[in-house]
Amino acid sequence: MPRVVVDVMLKPEILDPQGQAVANALPRLGVSDVASVRIGRRIEIEFTGEPDLDRAREIADKLLANPVIEDFTVHVVTADENAGAHS
Amino acid sequence: MTARVGVVTFPGSLDDGDAARAVRIAGAEPVRLWHGDPDLHGVDAVVLPGGFSYGDYLRCGAIARFAPVMETVVQAARGGLPVLGICNGFQILCEAHLLPGALTRNQHLHFRNRDQVLRIEAAGTAWTNAFQPGQEVLVPVKNGEGCYVADPATLDRLEAEGRVVARYLGGNPNGSQRDIAAITNEAGNVVGIMPHPEHAVEALTGPSLDGLGFFTSVLKHLVGAPA
Repeated sequence: MPRVVVDVMLKPEILDPQGQAVANALPRLGVSDVASVRIGRRIEIEFTGEPDLDRAREIADKLLANPVIEDFTVHVVTADENAGAHS
Repeated sequence: MTARVGVVTFPGSLDDGDAARAVRIAGAEPVRLWHGDPDLHGVDAVVLPGGFSYGDYLRCGAIARFAPVMETVVQAARGGLPVLGICNGFQILCEAHLLPGALTRNQHLHFRNRDQVLRIEAAGTAWTNAFQPGQEVLVPVKNGEGCYVADPATLDRLEAEGRVVARYLGGNPNGSQRDIAAITNEAGNVVGIMPHPEHAVEALTGPSLDGLGFFTSVLKHLVGAPA
């Protein structure tokens, strides 16, 4: 079943303390070449019929993202791509 | 006639009981409102209490905004109904676009729970007219996502229009921009506050009685308001 994926990220100018906390923990794993980490949210939507990008955008704009602090993108993934993303 | 002040309970509300108690101690009749019921039952004002509506899923207040009661609250607020959002209620008011900006994770990522001094900056709102401008009050603060953010133009406009209602004094507990603890809409009937005035209304349980002023303010406002 094709899905619409909505990726929500904090706007670049909004401080991401979670991302900073993760970035600050990386040296403890011996990782020293990461400049910054930003944390967002991935939401997968399955429609009962065909995937509807416009409807997904509307859902994202009204509910999934808060446009005051967040940006979002939407795209359709097929089952194959989905499996790939999880490998 | 005794003023009737509604207190909304959402699934996950925590401070609705204390808010109703504060309303009663201030001399009004608390009316419990239910998230699934769009009827405001003729109340004269509404309090959106603190807590974790809908488990804070997605974003704090994001789902509560679409509760049936909120459609009516938003409409009534635009018509001048006094609405006070405390903590989670403040988050819901921002999500519902009754107030500008947003509340995000505390910058230090820790939950903060302490007694906090605030300076009342705007004493002309429906919920702060019992205070003097510049008055310092002591109320509990308890939040994990209380960091107020807005773009610089919005912050400048809030300041210029006297819509910053209260600021944190003696240390900012969450990283809020410009130490903002409370703001109001253009008309001054909708106020969002992150700290908890409803927990500072009795000597037995509160650090002061300063919180009572927010609830007596709305009664003063209602007496003066045109019917």
